[in-house]
Amino acid sequence: MSNTRAPVRPSAAATLARPLRAIAATGLLLAFAIALLAALLALGGYDVSLALGALWRGSVGSSYAVTSATLVRATPLLLAGLAVAIAFRAGVWNIGAEGQLLVGATAAVAIASLPFPGAVRIALALIAACAAGALWAAPAAILRRRGVLEVISTIMLNFVALNLVGFIVRGPLQEPTHAYPQSSALPLEARLPRVPGTRLHLGVAIAALAALTLWVLMTRTAWGFRVRAVGANARAAAMAGMIDVQRTTLSAFLVSGALAGLAGGIEATGVTFALYEGLSPGYGYTAIAVALLARLDPLLVIPSAFLFGALEAGATAMQRDAAVPAALVSVVEGSLVLLVLAAPRLRTALDGALTRRVEAA
Amino acid sequence: MTHGALGAFLEATVRTATPLLLAATGELIVERSGIIFVGLEGSILAGALAAAAGAYAIGVVGGTVLAAVAGSLVALLFGFFVVRLRAEQIVTGTAITLLAGGATGALYQTIFGTQGAALRVPTVGVIVLPLLSAIPAIGPALFAQTGFTYGAIVLITVVWWWMARTHAGLALRACGERPGAARAAGVRTDRVRIVAAATAGACGGLAGAALVLAQSGTFAEGMSAGRGFIAIAIVALGRWRAAGVVVASLAFGAASALQYLFQAMGWSLPYQLFLALPYLATLIALATARAGGAAPGALGRMAED
Repeated sequence: MSNTRAPVRPSAAATLARPLRAIAATGLLLAFAIALLAALLALGGYDVSLALGALWRGSVGSSYAVTSATLVRATPLLLAGLAVAIAFRAGVWNIGAEGQLLVGATAAVAIASLPFPGAVRIALALIAACAAGALWAAPAAILRRRGVLEVISTIMLNFVALNLVGFIVRGPLQEPTHAYPQSSALPLEARLPRVPGTRLHLGVAIAALAALTLWVLMTRTAWGFRVRAVGANARAAAMAGMIDVQRTTLSAFLVSGALAGLAGGIEATGVTFALYEGLSPGYGYTAIAVALLARLDPLLVIPSAFLFGALEAGATAMQRDAAVPAALVSVVEGSLVLLVLAAPRLRTALDGALTRRVEAA
Repeated sequence: MTHGALGAFLEATVRTATPLLLAATGELIVERSGIIFVGLEGSILAGALAAAAGAYAIGVVGGTVLAAVAGSLVALLFGFFVVRLRAEQIVTGTAITLLAGGATGALYQTIFGTQGAALRVPTVGVIVLPLLSAIPAIGPALFAQTGFTYGAIVLITVVWWWMARTHAGLALRACGERPGAARAAGVRTDRVRIVAAATAGACGGLAGAALVLAQSGTFAEGMSAGRGFIAIAIVALGRWRAAGVVVASLAFGAASALQYLFQAMGWSLPYQLFLALPYLATLIALATARAGGAAPGALGRMAED
C-alpha cells in the first residue's frame, strides 16, 4: 500500500500540484466508470441511453435526487469511509466497519428510546454510537498486540455483531407486539432533524464536519503525524524513538471504530428510525472501496462517498425505470478499486515501456 | 432428546458443514502459501452461478466442473493483482468480492430474468452407503450425504497428505513461512502462490456448486451469505491444519444446525446467540494462542517480501 500514501511531509510544489492531479484523476476515474457501465449495459442487451438516463435522474438529475437519494446514501459511506481511511493510514487493516456500524446503530436506538429531554436525547444517542463502535473495535485492537491479524478478528466481530443485532431485535429491543424482528420506530423527538421537503437529515453535515476534523487532525497535529509515520513504516517510526507505535495504532483503531459506529447511529436516527438486521446493505464493506478511491485522504473521502452514493442511488432508479440489475453498479465499484490498485504499477510499466522505446530509438 | 431430533441435527450439521469445508480447504491451501484470500466469497458466488447455469444447460457434472473453473478464474484475477502487481491482499480481496457479487447478480438477472419464478436446476441425490448408514444416529448423518460431502472429505485428506508428505507441499508451506528462504532454495514463490490461489478459487467454486446442486437447487444474488469469510474463520480456528479445519467446519455447521434442533424440540431460545458462538470461539482461540500463534509466518505480509 505504500504507493497510495502521500509522503509524510509533502513539499510546497507537491502541495499545490496535488489538488489538480486529484481532480484530473477523479475525472478520469469517473469517465472510466461511465464507460465501463455503458459497455456492460450494451453487453447485457439493455437500452444504454434509457438506463444511463435513469441513473442520472436518480442520482444527480434534480435537486430532490441529490438531497433525498444521493446525499442520504453518501452519508453512511462517508463516515464509514473515513473510518477505513484512518485505520488503513495507520497500517491497521480494519475491515470491521460493518460490525462497528451495526453496534453503533444498536446503541443509538437503545439510548434514543429513553426519554431524555430535547436535543440531549439525539446527542447522547450519537455519543453512545461512537462509544459502541470504538468498543467493538477494541478486542481486535487488543488482539493485534498479541499478533492476531486484525483482518480475521474484525471479520469475526462483524458476524458476532450481525447475530447480536438479530438477537436484540427478537429480545430486549423488539417492538411491543413481538410480531416483527425489529425495534419500535423512534419517536419524532429522537430523530435527526430533516431539511423540509426532502429526506436529507442533519447527519450529512455531521459527516462532512467529521471529514474536515479528521483532515485537520491528520495533517495539522502531532497525533496525525504519528499515525502517518507509523502507517508509512512502523519500524522506522519506532526506531526514531519519539513514537509509541502500539499506542498510536490503538488510538487510530479506536477512532476508526468510533467513526463507523457514528455512521450506524446516524443511519438509525436519520434514515431507518428503527433497528433491524438489514439496516446496512454492506455500507461497511463498500466503505473500503470509498476510502481507497479517496487514496485514504479524509478530504477526498467526501467526493468519493458522493460518487458511490450517486452510483447506488442511481442504480436503484436504473433498476426501477430500465429493469437493469442494481448489482451491476457493484461491478463498476469493484473495478474502480482494482484500477486504483493497479494505477501505480500501470504508470511504472508505462514509464518503463516509454523509456525502453526512447533507448531503442 | 429423541434419536430422531439428534439424527436430524447431526445430518444437518454435516450437510451445512460441507460447503464450508470445501471453501476452507481452499483457503487453507492459499493461506499456507502466505496469502489471505478475502475474495473467496467471490469465488463461491461465481461457482454458484456457474453451477446453476451449467446444471441448467448441461447437467450436474458439467455444472460442478464449470463451478470450479469459474471460482478459479476469479481467484486468478486476484492472484494477478496480488502476486504480479503486488497490490495489497486485503483490499484486492475486498474489491474482488464486490466485483464478483455484482457480476453474478447482474448476470443472473440478465440471463434468467428478474421476474417470475426462480430458476430451478437439477440437484444431486443423496448417496446412501450400505451398512455404514445403518449405524444409529451418526449413520445417516455421515453416510447418507451427497457426493459433495464425500468429495470434501477426500479432498481435505488429499490436501493434508500433499502438504505434509510431498516436496511440492513443503515448497508451498515454505512460501508461507519464509518466502525469502524458499526463494533461496529455488522455489518460485510467485508461481506457487498463483497456483495456490487458483486452487483455492476452484475449491470456493465447488463450495458454491454444493450450495446450488446439493442444497437450494437455484441461484440467488449473494447466496454465499458470508461463507467465504466464515471459511477464513474456520482456517484460523483450525489453526491452519487440515484436521483442525475439519473440526472447525463441523463446529460452524453444528451452530447453524442448532436452529433445526431448536425447532424440533420446540425451544424458543434465540439461536442467534448460538450462531455467534463459533466466531467468539475463533476469537478466543486466536487470543489464547501464543504470540503469532499457528499462523504461517509470512501470512498477509507479501508487500514486505
